Amino acid sequence: MSFLALWLGVGVLGGLGALARFAIDSFVSASTGARFPFGTLLVNLSGALVLGVLVGVALHGDAYLLVGTAVIGSYTTFSTWMLESHRLAEDGRRWLLGANIVLSLLLGVGAAELGRLLGGG
Amino acid sequence: MSSLTGVYHVSPLCSPVSKPVRPSSARLDRQELAAIFAGGCVGAVARAALAQSLVTNADEWPWATFCVNLLGAALLGWLITRLQERLPPSRYSRSFLGTGVCGALTTFSTVMVELVKMLEAAHVGLALGYAAASVAGGFAAIFLTTKLVRRARLTR
Repeated sequence: MSFLALWLGVGVLGGLGALARFAIDSFVSASTGARFPFGTLLVNLSGALVLGVLVGVALHGDAYLLVGTAVIGSYTTFSTWMLESHRLAEDGRRWLLGANIVLSLLLGVGAAELGRLLGGG
Repeated sequence: MSSLTGVYHVSPLCSPVSKPVRPSSARLDRQELAAIFAGGCVGAVARAALAQSLVTNADEWPWATFCVNLLGAALLGWLITRLQERLPPSRYSRSFLGTGVCGALTTFSTVMVELVKMLEAAHVGLALGYAAASVAGGFAAIFLTTKLVRRARLTR
């Protein structure tokens, strides 16, 4: 694949990943209410699972760059996770803050490992 | 301040309640989607370029992911606090820079896969250190940029 086509692909697929995150986060947030950031959690856990599968099936090179790094990398987000955690802390919701950090980390590692196993890695 | 930040609990970038200017909640705003897409392109290319030029193994600190995550968190903290508390609501800069650029520049899934690979290779200390530093660093980045924006407003 040519250099230009590859990086155009990274851009377009990254944009689509961001749109998918927006769609799912909006939908989940609208249905679960404003107490806990379930939208970001669901996006991040599902993305970790899928990226684990890609690693499990040993996707590599340009294919991994396009599907893994571009789509799934853009689909999941670290910055929003941290922003929402910070706002929970500011409002004194310590238990929800702790849950948001710990659940994301533990379930995230679990989802990535499960994906890897499902992929046969 | 809590009443201002209260509406952002769930989804500071996407929740319908955080967008009082939305003309019709039922209609898709194409310009908003275009802004998110364009921002996502920029963020993804920047992150992928850094990841390609700074490849690390399971026994090394993942500098590429670590740097984009902290940088993206700092940018988002600055942006959202500014939009939320200083400027009139501006949906498109939030969509482009926040949901698009910062969302796509930073990544959660890659961190999780890096942690799994570290744990697989029995680098438990490295995995714990990386997870702790990412969370502490990302949180500190939001904390500091939020504070900076609020302080700038007070001195004006």
